[in-house]
Amino acid sequence: MKELVVLSGKGGTGKTSIVASFAALARSKVLADCDVDAADLHLVLQPTMRVNHEFWSGQVAVIDEEKCTQCELCQDLCRFGAIKDFRVDPVSCEGCGFCFHICPAEAIIMKENMSGHWFISDTKYGPLVHARLGIAQENSGKLVALVRQQARGIAESDCLNYIISDGPPGIGCPVISSLSGADLALLVTEPTQSGIHDLERVLGVCRHFGTPALVCVNKYDINEDNTRRIEDYCLGQGLEVVAKVPFDNVVTEAIVKGVPVIEHAQGGVTKEIELLWHCISQALK
Amino acid sequence: MIISVASGKGGTGKTLVATSLALSLKGWVKVQLLDCDVEEPNAHLFLRPVITHIEPVCISVPTVDMKICNHCGRCAEVCAYHAIAVVPKHVLTFLELCHGCGACSYLCPEKAIAEEGREIGIVESGHSDGVNFAHGKLNVGEAMAPPVIRKVKEFANHDDMVIIDVPPGTSCPVVEAVKDSDFCLLVTEPTPFGLNDLVLAVDTVRQLKIPCGVVINRAGVGDGKVEEYCQKESVPILLTIPLDTDIARLYSKGITLVAGMPTWKDDFIKLFEKIGDIVHERAGGPKR
Repeated sequence: MKELVVLSGKGGTGKTSIVASFAALARSKVLADCDVDAADLHLVLQPTMRVNHEFWSGQVAVIDEEKCTQCELCQDLCRFGAIKDFRVDPVSCEGCGFCFHICPAEAIIMKENMSGHWFISDTKYGPLVHARLGIAQENSGKLVALVRQQARGIAESDCLNYIISDGPPGIGCPVISSLSGADLALLVTEPTQSGIHDLERVLGVCRHFGTPALVCVNKYDINEDNTRRIEDYCLGQGLEVVAKVPFDNVVTEAIVKGVPVIEHAQGGVTKEIELLWHCISQALK
Repeated sequence: MIISVASGKGGTGKTLVATSLALSLKGWVKVQLLDCDVEEPNAHLFLRPVITHIEPVCISVPTVDMKICNHCGRCAEVCAYHAIAVVPKHVLTFLELCHGCGACSYLCPEKAIAEEGREIGIVESGHSDGVNFAHGKLNVGEAMAPPVIRKVKEFANHDDMVIIDVPPGTSCPVVEAVKDSDFCLLVTEPTPFGLNDLVLAVDTVRQLKIPCGVVINRAGVGDGKVEEYCQKESVPILLTIPLDTDIARLYSKGITLVAGMPTWKDDFIKLFEKIGDIVHERAGGPKR
């Protein structure tokens, strides 16, 4: 069993459209949507939910007004500025429990925090593990780890060949959580200054965690000079650019229809994504 | 006034809107652009600022003086992040897990724990053609963006017009970047992905009790569901930018919309006026 994670650094480069097409192309796989902040893969794969679990993670401090003597010690010591006027702002509270330990009046309790949901669903392409982090919640990294762990469990019990993960944008906590220990990262970029800049940083994260990476340039023809710059950069880094997908409105049309783009159109986009999956399945052997 | 530019979904055009808004307002008011997308900051690629100041962002992490430590285990007991562990002859620290809350050093009965700064990123500040600029960069391999975002926001000058470029998503880095704003602009695209993530973003800013409005980017493809949603939820659509290959090409070269197509400047000034009206009205003032 091999695990592929699709990342990009920059958002909106086409990760989800590519993963949805892989869902239709790959045989014997489980899909994992690791963008728990703003999950979109389900909009294309049309899942039927099988399991819905609450995700409890971390704690939040709560001050008991009756017991509080308003000594202000907690306000002075909280490094996250989460306590004002003897109340805890749950959005700013990082759940460290410092206030709970030092309150002389024992007026602070730590409450378990329900910070989201995770789901196992069936799709016509195979099982999908996905999640929804609660609004303004922390611990997205832990929820990503849980999604991956569940996907791995399904892959093991059903003897599946691949885990294919749709990763989050950025380079921080949820990205690290979706990347560490994966067999291969596909970095989807676009030929814009931002795309190139962000590719360099997300590649840095792959290197940091020792994950091999391949590159796909999406919408390569919106600026072919920049596409050449990406190819030169990748060559210098010893990275392979395995596909160049043209810009085409069929990608957006497929999102609106709620189907993988390779099932919606038969042009250049589809051919290139088929080739891309072929290269990836070879690289995962 | 602080206006944050957020989106839920990545790649919808936050940076395009934030940079063009800043450039349209300069000369009128003193403008500051703070790029709080510290994982993937991009505004500098468009504004090309002269950086005059660089400072590290550190979080305070424990160092244990083993000559004083008696292995009582109190530090490990109070650490909510499992960043410190006490074994018979050693104290192990896992600094990448440490949030820098300070509980271990304060609560150590022997006062054996001091704190030292561990760099997790940097903040660079300067100016670009009449716009004050600051951005943060999380070091590659680091997980925690919020402390870097907090540091960037310390540069906010509340007498100026402050525009904040927010990271995508709806979790803690977004909240850190958006909170304390007077208004949040949500940039989306008219697709099911754009709508799904817009709904999450609207829920987030409503939870923070910040008024919001929408910019629809790449209008012309997709469907009309974003407009329907905005109407139903009474979220005003303040600006619409069409899907246009010329705009995409300018963006790809790192050229701001108002620099490449100066007629857009009026649209951004109108956008700002609409935001001003909403904020003003909400503060209890009569409609201008």
